[in-house]
Amino acid sequence: MYPSRFRYEAPRSLDQAIDLLRTGGGEAKVLAGGQSLVPLLKLRFAAPELLVDINNIPGLDYHRVDPDGTIRIGALCRHADLERSTVLSSGQPTMAAAAPLIADPIVRNRGTLVGSLCHADPQGDWASVMTALGGHVVAQGADGRRSIPVAQFVTGPFQNVLAIDEIAVEAVVPAPKGTVAGGYLKLERRVGDFATAGVAVAIETSGELITRAGIGLTGVGGATIDAVDAAKALVGRPLSAESIGQAADLAAQAARPRTDHRGSAEYKRHIVHTFVVRILSRITESAERAA
Amino acid sequence: MTQALDEIKIGGLGASRKRVEDNRFVRGKGNYVDDIVLPGMLHMEILRSPMAHARIRSIDTSKAWAIPGVRLVLTGEMMATRNLAWMPTLSYDTQAVLATDKVRFQGQEVACVVADDPYIAKDACEAIVVDYEPLPVIVNPRQAMAEGAPLIRDDKENQHDNVVYDWEVGDRAGTDRAFEQADLVSKLELHYPRSHPSPLECCGSIADYDRSTSKLTVYMTTQAPHIVRAAVALVAELPEHMIRIISPDLGGGFGNKVPVYPGYVISILASILLEQPVKWIEDKTGNLISTGFGRDVYLRGELALRKDGKILGVRMHTDADHGAFFSDAQPSKFKIGLMHSAFACYDVPTAHLTARGMYTNKAPGGVAYRCSFRVTEAMFFQERMVQAAADDLGMDQAEFRRLNFVRDDDFPHRTPFGFLTDSGQYGKCLDVGLEAVGYQDFLRQKEEAKKEGRLLGIGISVMTEPLGAGNSREYDILGIKMFDSAELRVHMTGKAILRTGAKSQGQGHETTWAQIVSHELGIPAEDIVVEEGDTDTAPFGMGTYASRSTPVAGAAVAMVSRKIRAKARKLAAHLLEVSEEDVEWELGRFYLRSAPDRGVTIQECAMAAYSNMPDGMEPGLENVSYYDPPNLTWPFGCYIATVEVDPETGVWDVLNMVAVDDCGVRINPMIVEGQIHGGLTEGFAKSSMQWITFDEEGNCIGSNFMDYLIPTAWETPRFELLETCVPSPHHPIGAKGVGESATVGSPAAYVNAVIDAVAHLGVRNIDMPLLPDRVWSAIQSAPSG
Ligand SMILES: Cc1cc2nc3c(=O)[nH]c(=O)nc-3n(C[C@H](O)[C@H](O)[C@H](O)COP(=O)(O)OP(=O)(O)OC[C@H]3O[C@@H](n4cnc5c(N)ncnc54)[C@H](O)[C@@H]3O)c2cc1C
Repeated sequence: MYPSRFRYEAPRSLDQAIDLLRTGGGEAKVLAGGQSLVPLLKLRFAAPELLVDINNIPGLDYHRVDPDGTIRIGALCRHADLERSTVLSSGQPTMAAAAPLIADPIVRNRGTLVGSLCHADPQGDWASVMTALGGHVVAQGADGRRSIPVAQFVTGPFQNVLAIDEIAVEAVVPAPKGTVAGGYLKLERRVGDFATAGVAVAIETSGELITRAGIGLTGVGGATIDAVDAAKALVGRPLSAESIGQAADLAAQAARPRTDHRGSAEYKRHIVHTFVVRILSRITESAERAA
Repeated sequence: MTQALDEIKIGGLGASRKRVEDNRFVRGKGNYVDDIVLPGMLHMEILRSPMAHARIRSIDTSKAWAIPGVRLVLTGEMMATRNLAWMPTLSYDTQAVLATDKVRFQGQEVACVVADDPYIAKDACEAIVVDYEPLPVIVNPRQAMAEGAPLIRDDKENQHDNVVYDWEVGDRAGTDRAFEQADLVSKLELHYPRSHPSPLECCGSIADYDRSTSKLTVYMTTQAPHIVRAAVALVAELPEHMIRIISPDLGGGFGNKVPVYPGYVISILASILLEQPVKWIEDKTGNLISTGFGRDVYLRGELALRKDGKILGVRMHTDADHGAFFSDAQPSKFKIGLMHSAFACYDVPTAHLTARGMYTNKAPGGVAYRCSFRVTEAMFFQERMVQAAADDLGMDQAEFRRLNFVRDDDFPHRTPFGFLTDSGQYGKCLDVGLEAVGYQDFLRQKEEAKKEGRLLGIGISVMTEPLGAGNSREYDILGIKMFDSAELRVHMTGKAILRTGAKSQGQGHETTWAQIVSHELGIPAEDIVVEEGDTDTAPFGMGTYASRSTPVAGAAVAMVSRKIRAKARKLAAHLLEVSEEDVEWELGRFYLRSAPDRGVTIQECAMAAYSNMPDGMEPGLENVSYYDPPNLTWPFGCYIATVEVDPETGVWDVLNMVAVDDCGVRINPMIVEGQIHGGLTEGFAKSSMQWITFDEEGNCIGSNFMDYLIPTAWETPRFELLETCVPSPHHPIGAKGVGESATVGSPAAYVNAVIDAVAHLGVRNIDMPLLPDRVWSAIQSAPSG
């Protein structure tokens, strides 16, 4: 790998890191897991003057649940931590389903969820998961912290709303108000491949009724897609073959896929439909089994 | 009585000896080109064309020259002053070394920089400004043949279209007659997509021209060092004895490292100009977009059939996409490789093949990736055509094959295209496979599953293939005959060094060659060191590709060992004080026929060769053999896959994959199995996910390992390996080639299985790779899908 020349700093505190970013004046980049940034450096698609490696900053590698059920994921929590997390496997099925489908084991050992959100790849899996969950990103800058909903955090392919001296320190999944259910399905040609199409579904139920729903779509548009109408079709009623069909139709309509070497636009749209049906039908089936 | 040696214990024939080379590989102690550092070494980087077809208006290198640490910037114009802007290919064409007039494919070499370190070289490449005038782009043979298509090779006198060659073989009139008499003609059109051998180690070289000795040493990633030496002598006009090519450890080859690439040539010129060693290491994208690819052939195939299932004749027409230069590394007189080995296992009265090659704006090459000169395409086309014909006849696919196989007692057999097969038991091989997979049972399961809306399928592929070029009568590269060689030196203490003209790239020659010597001489394999790849020390050979090492170099190893044994017999007679006729041989030992207890070991003979030879005998115990095989070897195999297709997504999973390989006598069964595992994985890759494609502008899709897919252990199916053993009748130890068998034979099995699962819906073909979206849309658009 022969990237362009860059300066490298590895600060030990967030304040120092933010300071470095500020002095970098837009020519600096945060280095987290490096699993997206380093390939870009290698191909010289990115040529930052300064890399601010945040891996030496203590206290960012956590993920935990607050007493109220809020899930917090620190900027240095790796995909592999989430894959092995009992917190997720016992309480957050959409994230638990997605974690082992990110990339391959080697990439998962270093790559971070927060880095994936910042990278804003339309084919990134976490962005649609967090979109479905109604999550947000906590950004820290010289003037303190602010919280940005994921759906507004990403502004386009590989673009986010962070100011040049802001670091995303945490991703947050709000506390659920009902019983959570959901799933993530991804069609990939091979382990480690980005999604041909992926669907994240997260719902909350109270009794029979769905009280909240979110559907995020991966790889079928210029950015992660928040299938708002599809989600709405589920809320306020119990899950049924009819509501599942409606949601699937609306999700497929929300998709904006393009034909490429992974598959035709028509096919990707069909996969979105199929996956919405599969995830929701499985929820119905397991509810029936539990009953 | 002395105890007879146990051949398996000493690591002889049939021993699954652990690979001795792995000792250094697994410790990270391999010595690859990029590991070599020479004093004063400079680094070279190539600037490649971003366009697929464009005239070069100008190249401005001034900014590159201005960067500190830059030693040399070369363009095509400067190469031309030394008559090196173009070079000959192995297929009697020419190829640009650095583009002068225009670029003809994306990734073509346009300029190069030599600098103190690779970072500077890369920076300087980015500083070169090239002004391109875009030209219309051709990305497939259809466009290449179209009326008014732009002329890609306007550099060649007398070239007025994009046709590389029109070639034919077989009996046109006889085949026409067979088709007239047919009850049924089964037709199929197929595309075998472009793939890439993608060895993990990319290409590279270190050229080291020493002015004080006039000697040029080149460390390079080559599967055929002696061919390169000859090529450099001819192209660079250097005396051959002053050229030393060293091919150190290779991180895979698969045919990718046979051709001579511009990067090698430029590094040599740069070293001559700068009088310093120059290292060039290609990156992954450079390797994938510019070097020897595999396949990219379209087929129109027809079988003339009798109602009862007998094949009366075969007609094939192929259109091959060779890219911008015809640089296939293959026996020169066969334009489309050994495509005409198709149908060798079937008793077909007559056949005719027409082949056309086309220039396109894509990377040059065509013969690589474990294909044994396009036998991959031949056997894939054959077995897809066979399945379609069985379907058309409404016959069971196994039965149809059995009916048409060449019979076991019908050897030697002349194939309809003129090859002479010498042995085979195809029916038995098929039976072993069918039994292992539980054929009848599976057919029942398939019908049951269909009732539940599930799609199961079974695919069979049977073939025999010509491996191991030559013989020298028919096989040559630019006139150099395709034989091979081995040199064996047995030292005083009975230890030995063996060198051959082949070059291992992972095949395990250091392990297996020693086993052949061990089998012939009874010297324990661990007492024999094997060395290859240095043209100053190894005897002349044509290198390793096309599964030719065991058939040719391996045979030479046996033959040179026998020469050593013949001399050792004289030494034994001398030591035992009897005449040669009274001496008998058993593994590792000569003994007196009349008194078997009296004997001498091969080691004692070796000592005598240096310390106690009879009067008049030349001292020493060394020899060399050049082996010119009487025929190719004809391994055969049967591959059977069962799959389940998800009708909703088009995703398919392999349930079972059975491979029955007959490669004759197995020198090291473990290594043979490794070769087969690799081949079955590659077959799976090509049938399911792997291809290099291009958009209309000629941009290569598949220029890195995110887009060009190599399956991981996760999705690769489990394999069941079985064997039959019909020894090669002419190979000295009865061995046949195997390095490519499973890559050649297995793709059709996977594809046939998927097609079988959806055939009842009216699907006749899906081109590789059978990506889920292709399977899904085939089902959607099928008559009853
Ligand atoms: C072979 C391979 C396969 C992959 N497959 C998949 C896949 O299937 N699905 C998938 O979703 N992803 C995939 N990825 C990407 C992977 O998930 C990355 O880990 C992730 O996209 C980025 O996280 P990172 O921590 O590595 O970020 P980095 O590479 O370090 O950074 C990525 C970008 O985000 C910025 N950034 C990172 N962290 C912060 C922060 N805390 N604050 C502000 N800016 C920040 C960086 O400046 C950079 O611009 C793959 C990667 C590879 C190499």
